[in-house]
Amino acid sequence: MSQVATLPDPLEEVAPPRGRHGGAAWAVWLLRRIGLALLTLWLVSVLVYVATVALGDPVRAILGRDYNSNPGRVAQLEAQLNADQGLVARYFDWLGGLLTGDPGTSLANQQPVWGQISANVLNTLVLVLLAAAVMIPLAFGIAMISAHYRRRRPDTVIQTILLGLAGVPEFVIGILLVALFSTTVFHVLPAVTLVSPTGHPWDQPAGMVLPVATLVLAVTPYVSRIVRATLLEVLDSDYVELARLKGIPEPVVMRKHALLNAIVPGIQVIALQLAWLAGGVVLVETLFAYPGIGRQLVDSVRNHDVPMVQALSMIIAAVYIAVNLVADILSILLTPRARTAISQ
Amino acid sequence: MTTTSPDAPNGTPMATGSGGLVIEDLGVTLTGRPVDVVDDIDLVLRPGEVVGLVGESGSGKTTVGTSLLGYSRAGALISSGRVLLEDRDVLTLPWKEVRKLRGEEIAYVPQDPASALNPSIRIGKQLVELQELRGIGTAESRLEGARAGLAEVGLPNDDEFLKRYAHQLSGGQVQRVALAMAFLPKPKVLVLDEPTTGLDVTTQKMVLDTMAELCRTYRVSALYVTHDLAVVANIADRVAVMYAGQIAELGPKDTIFANPAHPYTRALLDSIPHLSQARALSGIPGRTPAPGARPDGCRFNDRCAFVVDRCRQEVPALRTVAPDHEVRCIRVEEIGTWDINRGTVPDADPDKARDVIMSVEGLDVFYGRKRVVHGVSFDLAKGEVVALVGESGSGKTTISRSVGGLHKEWTGTIRFEGRELAKSARSRSVEDRRRIQYIFQNPYLSLNPRLTIEQIIKRPMELFGIAKGKQATDRVVELMEHVALGSGMLHYQASRLSGGERQRVAIARALAAEPDVMICDEITSALDVSVQGSIVALLEGLRQQRGISMLFVTHNLALVRSIAARVEILQAGHVVESGSVVTVMDTPREDYTRTLLSNSPRID
Repeated sequence: MSQVATLPDPLEEVAPPRGRHGGAAWAVWLLRRIGLALLTLWLVSVLVYVATVALGDPVRAILGRDYNSNPGRVAQLEAQLNADQGLVARYFDWLGGLLTGDPGTSLANQQPVWGQISANVLNTLVLVLLAAAVMIPLAFGIAMISAHYRRRRPDTVIQTILLGLAGVPEFVIGILLVALFSTTVFHVLPAVTLVSPTGHPWDQPAGMVLPVATLVLAVTPYVSRIVRATLLEVLDSDYVELARLKGIPEPVVMRKHALLNAIVPGIQVIALQLAWLAGGVVLVETLFAYPGIGRQLVDSVRNHDVPMVQALSMIIAAVYIAVNLVADILSILLTPRARTAISQ
Repeated sequence: MTTTSPDAPNGTPMATGSGGLVIEDLGVTLTGRPVDVVDDIDLVLRPGEVVGLVGESGSGKTTVGTSLLGYSRAGALISSGRVLLEDRDVLTLPWKEVRKLRGEEIAYVPQDPASALNPSIRIGKQLVELQELRGIGTAESRLEGARAGLAEVGLPNDDEFLKRYAHQLSGGQVQRVALAMAFLPKPKVLVLDEPTTGLDVTTQKMVLDTMAELCRTYRVSALYVTHDLAVVANIADRVAVMYAGQIAELGPKDTIFANPAHPYTRALLDSIPHLSQARALSGIPGRTPAPGARPDGCRFNDRCAFVVDRCRQEVPALRTVAPDHEVRCIRVEEIGTWDINRGTVPDADPDKARDVIMSVEGLDVFYGRKRVVHGVSFDLAKGEVVALVGESGSGKTTISRSVGGLHKEWTGTIRFEGRELAKSARSRSVEDRRRIQYIFQNPYLSLNPRLTIEQIIKRPMELFGIAKGKQATDRVVELMEHVALGSGMLHYQASRLSGGERQRVAIARALAAEPDVMICDEITSALDVSVQGSIVALLEGLRQQRGISMLFVTHNLALVRSIAARVEILQAGHVVESGSVVTVMDTPREDYTRTLLSNSPRID
C-alpha cells in the first residue's frame, strides 16, 4: 500500500506550456468557431425563409384586397415566386441564389434586389462604423474618469447623465439634437441627409454629424457603465493594490493594470451594441432621412416585398453573427488564461 | 534560519542613515468617523531585522503594514504619527516622493498568491515594469536583473519562464516571483503581508527560507505580517503582538515564546497545537472587537482570564518590563509566569481497543477519466478521530467527499457497520444519511444567508423526523448551548456572525441529525488560531461525551497531534503512511512524512 514517496519538485507543479505557438490548435479552434457561425447563419436562413414564405400565401399577402379582383397579377406573382414548386425546392433555389450573390428580384419594382440594397448596406455600415469609432474611445474614457473618481462628485454627475441618456429613446435624442443644432436654437447642421441618386451621404460630411452623434449618445451609456463596473472590480483587486504599493503612477495603474483586465466585458457589450445598431437604426435613419438598410427594411415590409425582406434580414443576421464572432475571438486573445488553454 | 541582529538599546530609535525604519505613534482612522482602526503604534525595524507582526483578523495588522508605504485602503486614512525612513517622514513627504519611495526603498509582498500578480501581463514584463517606468538601466540590464532575481529565489529564468502568465505558475512560484519583484530595486525595507497563507508547508518553508536569505544578504529590514505564530517563531528576530488596533506585547522572539507577559499572548500560545505532544487546546472566548466597538480601559478586558475591575477603567500604556520587552498590561507583575507545556495532555493511546464502525477498502476515485485517488484503505472506530493529512492535491478532500456521498465517481467498498454504502448520498438510505454528517471548510459559504440560525439548525431535525415545532426549537437552543453559542442568536442570519460562530452553527447543524460519524473537511483552516483552539476543544468534548467518530481532514500536522488518534498521510492520491498518531509522528518510516514534519513550522 504505502510506497516510496519523493517530494515533488515545486518547479514541476505546473506543467510548462506546450507547443510554442500551438498554430495547429489555433487553426482547429478558429475553424470550429467559423463553422459554428456558418451553421447559425444557415439556421437563420431557414427561419427567415419559413417566416416570410411558408406562413400563409405570400401572393395573397402582397396583393391584399386585389387578390380576388386581379387574377392576372396573381398568376404573374406566382410565376415569379415559383409558387408551383415545393417549399423545400424553393428554399434551396433561394439559398443557391443567395450564395451566388443573386438574392432575387424585388416584387415592388422588378429590379434585382442586390442592386437596390448594396448602396444602402454600405451607407449603414459607414454610419455604424463611424459611430463605433467615436463611441469606443469615448465610452472607455468616460468609464476611466468615472472609476477614478469612484463615488465622488464627478463620478456621480457622470453616472446621472449616463443613466438619463440610457433612459431616453434614441429618436428623442435625435429630435433634441435637431432642435438644438438645426432648427430652433442654432442652424449650423443640416437636419436631413440629402443624397444624390448616385452619391453617398458622406459626400456632405456635415450631414453625417447628427446621425452619428445620435447613435453615439444612444450607445455610449451602456458600454461606459459596464466598463466602469468592471474597472471598479479590477481596481479593488490585490494586483492593482500591489501595483500601487510598488509605486506605479496612477494613470499607468489605470491603463495597464486595470483597463487591460476590464476590456473583455467591454468588448462583449460593444459587440451587442454594434449588432443592434446594424439592424436597429431604423428610427434614426428615418429621422434623418438617411438612406440605410433599416429604413429600407421597413419600406420593404410595408410593400410586402418578400425577396427584399429576406435579403435584408440575412444581411442583418450575418452582421450580428460576424460581430459576435469577432468579439469572441478578441476576448479570447485578450484573456491569457483562455488563450493559453487553446494552444496547449 | 533567523538572523541575529546586534541588540540596540530599547526604545531609542536607531541612528538613521544605516537603513531601518522607525514608526512613531502611528494612527489610522476611518474616513468620516473619528473611529480608530489602529492607534499608538511605535515600532522600530532595525537594519537586517525581521519583525513579526502577529494578530487575529480584525487586529489592524495589515493596516499597519501598508501604512509603512503611506497607503491606506479605501475608507481609512492615516491620521497621525510618523514613519521615518532615515530622516524622511514617509507620511508627510510630497505625494510624488512617496510614490518614488515605494518599490525602490520600501517594497511590499502581497498576501494571496492567486491574485497577487496581474493575470494579463507576462511575468518578465511585470518584474521590470517599475524600473522601466523610472528609466532605471537599459532594457538589457533590466532583463539581466530580472533573470538574476528569479535565480535568487530559485526559479527558472529562461525566456520561456519570463513569457509565462501568473496562471501558469503554482502558488509557491507566484509568491517567489512577488519576492523577486520586491527585491529587484534593492529596497531597504520590506513589508510582507501573510505571503505564505494558503501555501503547503513545503512551499511555505521554501518561500520563508528564500525571504530570510535575501533579507540577510541585502540587510533589508522586514515587517512580516501574519496570524500564524508558528511561522513567526521560525523567521522573526522580534515579535509584535497586536490586539484590537494596538501593540499588546513587543519583544525578542525567544522572550515572546518563552516568557510571554501579556494575557493575550499567553492565550494565543495556549491555543496553538504542538507537533511534539498532544495538547488540550483552549482558544479565547469571545471575538476581536471591531473598530468603534472596543471596550474601555484595556481592550482585552472582556476576554481576559486575569481581568480585575481596574482593567475596565484604566487604559494601559506600553511598559518596558525587561530590556527590549514591552507589554501593555497593568497586571504584568501579578499574573505569574507561563509555561509552554501548560495544557499538555497524554497522546491518544495507540493500543486502545478499536470497535470499527466504518471501513474504506481499495478506494479509487475518478474525476471523469482521471484517477485522482489510488487504492486507499483505512478504517474508523467508534469515538475515534482519524486524520487525513496531505498537501493540496493529495486527494484528502476528494476521499472525504466520496465517503460522505458527495462525489460518486468511485470504486471500491466503503462499509458502515459492516454494510456496504451506496456511492452517492442520494442513493443511500435516510438512516445512513442521517448518521453520516459532513461539515465544510468555509463557514462563509456553507450556511444559507437567507435563513436564520434557528432554521438552519432545525432543518436536519425536520428532514430526518427527529423533532418538530416547539420541541425542535428547544433542541436548537440546547444544541446552541452545546456549541457555546448564546440562544440570543436564534433569530440572527448567518451574516451577523463571525467565522468561528458560523462554524459552530455548522457543527450544531451536523449534531442536530444525531450522527455517528462526522466528516470535518478542513473546518478550522479559515479561522483564527484562537477560534481553532475552541473549535477543537468543542469537537474533543463531543467525541468524549457522545462517542462520535470523526474523519478529520487537514493539512496541519500539529493539529493532528492534538485531535486525532490515527493518521493517514496522503500524497498524490496514495496513502504513504498510516498508523497511530504517536507512532507516525514520533517514528515516521517514510521520507515524505519526515519531510512534512520537518517543514511544518513549530513553536515547541
